[in-house]
This record gives sequence, C-alpha cells and structure tokens, in this order.
Amino acid sequence: MKIAVCVKEVPEAGAARRIDPETKRLDRSGEGVLNGFDVNAVEEALRLKESQGESEVVIVSLGPQGALDSLRKALAMGADRALLISDEAAVGSDLVATSRALAAALERESPDLILFGQQSSDSDGAVLWAAVAERLRLPLVSQAAELTVGDGKATVKRQTEFGYDRIEAPLPAVVAVSDAINEPRYPSLKGIMGAKSRPQALLALDEIGLSADHVGEAGSKTEVLALNDPPARGESRRIEDDGTAAQQILDFLVEKKLI
Amino acid sequence: MPTLVFLEHHGGELQKGALGVLAKAASLGEADGVIAGTGVGALAVQARGARKVWVADDASLEAPLPQPRVDVLAKVVAEGAYDTVLFAASVLAADVAAGLAARLDAGLNWDLVDLELRDGTLVGTRPALGDSVNVEVGWKGDPKIALIRSGTFEPATEGGEPEVGNVEVALEDFSTKAKMLEQAHEERSGPSIEDADVVVAGGRGLGGPENFALVEDLAKALGGAVAATRAVVDAGWYPYSAQVGQTGRTVSPKLYVACGISGAIQHKVGMQGANVIVAINKDANAPIFEFSDLGVVGDLHQVVPKLAELVRARKGGG
Repeated sequence: MKIAVCVKEVPEAGAARRIDPETKRLDRSGEGVLNGFDVNAVEEALRLKESQGESEVVIVSLGPQGALDSLRKALAMGADRALLISDEAAVGSDLVATSRALAAALERESPDLILFGQQSSDSDGAVLWAAVAERLRLPLVSQAAELTVGDGKATVKRQTEFGYDRIEAPLPAVVAVSDAINEPRYPSLKGIMGAKSRPQALLALDEIGLSADHVGEAGSKTEVLALNDPPARGESRRIEDDGTAAQQILDFLVEKKLI
Repeated sequence: MPTLVFLEHHGGELQKGALGVLAKAASLGEADGVIAGTGVGALAVQARGARKVWVADDASLEAPLPQPRVDVLAKVVAEGAYDTVLFAASVLAADVAAGLAARLDAGLNWDLVDLELRDGTLVGTRPALGDSVNVEVGWKGDPKIALIRSGTFEPATEGGEPEVGNVEVALEDFSTKAKMLEQAHEERSGPSIEDADVVVAGGRGLGGPENFALVEDLAKALGGAVAATRAVVDAGWYPYSAQVGQTGRTVSPKLYVACGISGAIQHKVGMQGANVIVAINKDANAPIFEFSDLGVVGDLHQVVPKLAELVRARKGGG
C-alpha cells in the first residue's frame, strides 16, 4: 500500500511570528519546523505501514527548498521518501493554488491513502484536505480519531461536535487525522542518521503539469488587504498563588461585576 | 451581492451559528439559504432573514457528510448565479466550503469575525497569529466563499417566511463513496452549556475524574454550567455533551473559568468568545495564559474549593 502524507513546514511556535507588512505574508525567514499536527499524520502512516507490511510512506509538501530540513524529520521517523514541490512562483499560494499543486503531485504518485494533519499552526486552516480530495475526486473523511485499513477500505472513527461517527470509504481515499489519533514517536538516532540518505526529490511546477499562473499570488483567489491591531482585549493579569489567589479571583469577579 | 448561506441543521433545528450568518448576510443585501438533508423541508420556515430557501431533500443526503453537499451547493450556486457563499464554521461546514472552493476554483477565507461591504466590495476580517493581529482579507473573482467563526453573529429575531424552492439532487460518483456506518448521537443531559452565562471547565490538570467534583462545586456556587476539554472526555472523565472546543460546543459566556486546562487551539476555538476568562493552572507556560483576562499560576486543588467557599460566602452574606 502506498500512503502519501501531506505536510507543511511552519515557523517555529514560540518564536515571535510576524506578518511582513510589505508583502502581507507570514515572515518565514526564521527556523521552520514540521507542522505539529502533520506529525500525527506521519505517525499514523507509519503505524499502518507497520501493521500492513509491504507499504511505502511518501511525504509530500509545497514550500521553499529549505523546507527539506523539516521534511527530514518525517524521514527520520521512518517515512520512505519525500517530495517537495518547490518553485519561486508558488510563494503566497492560497487554498485554491496550494490544493492544485498538491493534487497534481499526488496524482503522479497514485497513492492508496492520502493523509493530512488536523490544521496548520500558521494559518490555522483546517480545510486543505477537502480541497485536495475534491480535485482528485476521491472520498474524504476528516477528524479521524481512529483509523483502520483493510479489505481495500478505510474505516474511521470521526470526531464531530455531537460525538463520534463511524465512517467507511473505499481506497483510494483522503483522510485527515485529528491529533487525538496517536502519540507520535520520536525519531531514533538511527532514523536521524539514515534520513539524509532517503530519497528527497524537488519537483518543479512543469514536472507536475503546472505553470506559474496556477500557483502563488497569480493562482490564488484570495488576498490580504491590510493588517490591523486587534480590538484590545483589555489588560491581562497574571498572579501566582501565595495562598490568597482565591480571594484575588473573587475581588476580580466583583470588580468585573460578574458576582 | 446575491448571497447563499449554507444552513446546517441538527436534531430538527437549523444551527444557531448558521442563522447568525444568514442574518448578517441579509443585512448586507439579498440572502438566500440552502438546506440539505432528508425530510428537511419543514426547516425552511426557521430561516428568518432569508428571501428564499433552497431545499435539497433526498435519501442520499441523510448522513451529514460533506461531499454530497458540495454537489448540491455547486448546482445551486451556478443556477442561482450567486456571487457569495457563506458558512458558519463547523466540522462539516469546513469540509463543504473547501470542497466547493476547489470545485469552483473560488477563493475561500476562513475564521472570519466580521464581514463588510466597502464600496460594493466584500471585505472580511480575521484574527491571525494567536489573535495578535487582525487581517483584512478579500477575494479575487467570484464566487466569494467564507467560513465565519462560530457564534460571531446573532440570528434575526424577526422576518417573514422565506419562499421555498426545491433542488433536484444529482451527485457525483465519488461523492457517495464515503458511507456513514454509525452516526454520532449526542446524549443531552441537563440545560445546554451554550446558553449559560457562566461556565466552569475542567481539563487534564484536574488529575482525575473524581476532581470534577471541584469544578461542579464551583459551577454551582457561581450558578453556571460545567464544561470539559476533549482530552478528559476522551479519557472518560466527563460526558461528551460537556465538551467545549473544535469538536465540541462553542460557548461565549460572560465568565469562563478554566481549571487545569492548557489552552490548546482546539479548546480555545470553543471558548475564545467568552467575555472574561479566568484560568487556573500550575504551569506558568500554559498557552491559556496568553488569552486569559486573569491568569492564576497555582494549584487548582487549593484555589478552586477556596474560591467556591468565598463565592458562597459573598452571595450568602450579600
């Protein structure tokens, strides 16, 4: 079984993230890491590979060349190879453009199963998988808290606002996993050492049948117009309990006329 | 700006969030709604503010799965020449909106907290980078698709009955491949936490299910409802119906007291609309302290019972 996992490199959390007021795009010049939620998807792929046997896990991403460093984490965990669609023209791709690029690369690979993580920590988007599934005309199941594969089907325990659904889809299928699905492994030292020698390919747009018009700002249908300060939430107070915290909370609630 | 609003429904009622988006859309111009499901014709009358409601009623739409709804909406958008399609954010709506965006190669902006028309152009506002900046976003071309953050707009309180039109349902082969084997059925016990003015929530920091007694005690003292994070519901410490977060309820009470909750994004999205947030956690680095109004670094097992006692004394004593 060939399992593709779509991942993204995002700016490191905790580091001061900023939007560049010139380009109105996220400043990605600092350290990048593999999007935390995508690591759950990689882990799930590896578990399936281990239980199914005779499987291949391919990491697919769209990003600048430097993103290969982050993809290597997935290889260090045990993924077999990585494909990075990398082209200057693709900078600033929105959902429409990104899904187009990923779908084109995935089509070449014809995976049996395509996994996504729950959302990206930079744009807080939780929508990409549905757009990719649509472009590939494949069944989609999202918010997977449990996933089993067998007899050519994926069976998912899906988390919704109302409880859990059980949904089944024939392969090939697209499944987006929630971070409740697993605890990802840490790469072993052997894995980290071996990652560099696993195949990592850079794909240019024309290799996946696309041109500059299909991606980046040219290929996007949304735009950022301006950046503003958010409405002030008001001051945020922090106290450490020295035995009087409960009283301080009460005073605060009285002050705010909540009691 | 003829706008179409996706009217999600559950348990025989149109979702409040969707009705809020409909009211907003109606304030900006003509707004129609679309309802997809089985035996849903009777729900159209609930769509206050809609000029017209399209009803796609078919056995194939019984399960709340996204892909058949993409087919329905694509058809309604094309035939009705809508240039804007709005969704109230939910697990289902996100999948439908994004599938529709790919189907129509249309721009999708999500997590919007406001929408306005500036010189006839639609502009959305969304928070970004942990709510530290507000971004104004726009669309290139039509239709313009948007996911509105849950609970942003209030439903209309008045409005006549909308005209109803029926949609002939024709689905793509791939849209019906995913099958619902067993649908979630929520166990509703007690009043809905979504209507509570005060919510006291417990997370993993409680240490064990027995400590929900502390949360319940404080909730009772404050006259509020009890909520729980996904982590503790998954662990079986509290029922699903109390879950607040991305895959649970969204609440916007006057006061939200978070006990032993780290404040991960899936929880945050369910309660960030609260007026006042008080967080108690022994970890000074918990993300919740970034968006709480009063953050208390301390042992909740000490602070919470003491607070409940003080609240009772204050209320009793006057």
